[in-house]
Amino acid sequence: MAKARVGYTRRSMLKAGGAAIAASALPAPMVWAQDIKDVTLRQFGTGVSNLNDVAQKVKEDLGFTLEMTALDSDSVTQRAATQPDSFDIADIEYWICKKVWPTGNLQAMDVSKIANYDKIVGIFKDGKLTPESEIAQGTAPHTVGFIPEPGATEFADEQTNWMTLIPTIYNADTLGIRPDLIGRPIESWTELLNPEFKGKASILDISSIGIMDMAMVCEAMGEIAYGDKGNMTREEIDKTIAIFTEAKQNGQFRAFWKTFDESVNLMASGEVVIQSMWSPAITAVKSRGIPCVYQPLKEGYRSWGGGIGLSNSLSGLELDAAYEYINWYLSGWVGGYLMRQGYYSAVPETSKEFMTENEWGYWFEGKEATDVITSPTGDTLAQAGETRDGGDFYERMGRVACWNAVMDENQYMVRKWNEFIAA
Amino acid sequence: MSETLTDTPASAPQAARPPKPPGSLGRNLLGWLQAAPLTLVLLAFLVAPIVMIVIVSFWRATEFSIIPDFSFENYEFLFGSQVTWRVFMATFKYALITWAFTLSIGFTVAYFLAFHIRSQTMQIALFLLCTIPFWTSNIIRMISWIPFLGRNGIANQTLQNWGLIDQPLEWLLYSDFSVILAFVHLYTLFMVVPIFNTMMRIDKSLIEAAYDNGASGFQTLLHVIIPLTKPGIMIGTIFVVTLVMGDFITVRFMSGSQKANVGRLISNDIALLQYPSAAATAVVLLCTVLIVIGILLRFVNIRKEL
Repeated sequence: MAKARVGYTRRSMLKAGGAAIAASALPAPMVWAQDIKDVTLRQFGTGVSNLNDVAQKVKEDLGFTLEMTALDSDSVTQRAATQPDSFDIADIEYWICKKVWPTGNLQAMDVSKIANYDKIVGIFKDGKLTPESEIAQGTAPHTVGFIPEPGATEFADEQTNWMTLIPTIYNADTLGIRPDLIGRPIESWTELLNPEFKGKASILDISSIGIMDMAMVCEAMGEIAYGDKGNMTREEIDKTIAIFTEAKQNGQFRAFWKTFDESVNLMASGEVVIQSMWSPAITAVKSRGIPCVYQPLKEGYRSWGGGIGLSNSLSGLELDAAYEYINWYLSGWVGGYLMRQGYYSAVPETSKEFMTENEWGYWFEGKEATDVITSPTGDTLAQAGETRDGGDFYERMGRVACWNAVMDENQYMVRKWNEFIAA
Repeated sequence: MSETLTDTPASAPQAARPPKPPGSLGRNLLGWLQAAPLTLVLLAFLVAPIVMIVIVSFWRATEFSIIPDFSFENYEFLFGSQVTWRVFMATFKYALITWAFTLSIGFTVAYFLAFHIRSQTMQIALFLLCTIPFWTSNIIRMISWIPFLGRNGIANQTLQNWGLIDQPLEWLLYSDFSVILAFVHLYTLFMVVPIFNTMMRIDKSLIEAAYDNGASGFQTLLHVIIPLTKPGIMIGTIFVVTLVMGDFITVRFMSGSQKANVGRLISNDIALLQYPSAAATAVVLLCTVLIVIGILLRFVNIRKEL
């Protein structure tokens, strides 16, 4: 990541000494406004939110440069844990945060500097979508969302002034299906292992997410009653993997996928008719004119949430720029952009202003589209009269059965997962 | 063969050794200095990393940290696990089958180029033709098989149109078949080049002599050409075997992540931040490959034959 940068960088300013003092001790607005143009923030994360359109808009609205690197979840974890100097902003998921936070590579954020903090959805603050909702199993975002004080490596039990990640996007995941090739209603997670789809099913090869999908299936089949799907015992892991290993050896799976594009290709080419999938992947399949449904299932959703974390080495002008970026992120444009792809924004209210009434109704309120729904890149996703799979925001997020998680027995699980892949 | 041997630089010093510089220390020093750059490069970029890997393989790891330690835990787990044995067997299987195919195809192509194409210009042109696919990345060459072999891919559709099959063949893609197909496609050239090279050095008069003595074409091939191309075959074998045994990306893409070889085991470990465990697997793989090459070198003394 040794990129040649234009103008000042934090390091060259420190070297310059005098210049650094001038910039930080005498923050005359004029100087600052000019300097921030020379700031480059390096952000990396999973493909879902690392969008070049966002970087462009940042340049337009805020003036500084945002460099995006998209990686798969495992690589993101690896990078955040082992190469703290290679990034300024980490766009990671909450379960990754649980793994990475103890390394001390990220710094907590001062909540009082976040303008829209009060408007952030409850899921990320006290864990409750509505006051009466129940908290799902797994690594729920609020459990790793706060720390008691700056520098702490343990998480706080309640809201504090120090946030680990600023929530950006989240969604409820389920199975994707090809209705045209299946030709009958799909209602339960058990269908993933239904012999009817032998050689036409797939699951994702990212252990911490894949194991959750497996658990949803095994629980739905009534084979295993989990204490907590998000924190399984060794015995539960063994049983879960055993069921799927047997299915694999019987040829149930066509392939496993690891990246977004692979899942799209598997589905679009008809190699697979039912698989674990992510919402925008469905969108991508649909935009090729191929029918694909993000099927709500009676057992509920497996949910995930992502957020932005700041590198521990950020300071001075770049840290200010990062706060600026976070506040901008929550101010609506990005939220609207992401919601028009089927994700949810952490601050839906602000996103509403950047969506048409039709879009807001379709994506958030689960209403019938009154006009053609298009993706931010212009592909048609739905015609007038269609509704979103799974209903409105509260119906979808309210039926989350578990969150993506890191377990206490994670290392054991990983080894078993390796065995499953090699089986 | 004997002619080519005397041409090689290795035997030249015996014929005309330069006058000794005065004092053995000076000569030794000069020798050391001449060897130093390569030694340093090898130490820094070959020996040191391997030593690091061996050291790390005895460490322990948690989720997010690596603990310097001296523990056999990684090796215990590795040798104690059924999966390791299965995966190593799979790796050998891929290497062996790929070797058999690349050898037969590579040998045939090289034979054709060396003995059936008379003009040298044509030989060079055809040889370059073989290398054209290598102008693109090997990932692209590999992935381009996927739409071809898929359930609704060109291969299946063609076969169905010809009426040879009613149902699409499922095993064409995401199977051992597709993995080996990709390996053979990717690595045959590594067999062609060294075999072609040794064949070009075969003294044509030896072949004429064989014919004059009444040997049939097949007998000439068996008793003259194959023994003389052994070094080329061996070099090609070493290329193919090491490439296949160290690969992970071909297996991942072409098997749709369903099959595993040792490389994938290592890459999974790395992805999950289990560096010590990955290092231990790498050490075992390295030893295995070295043993395989050691055995191969028993058959042919490459250095003598080059």
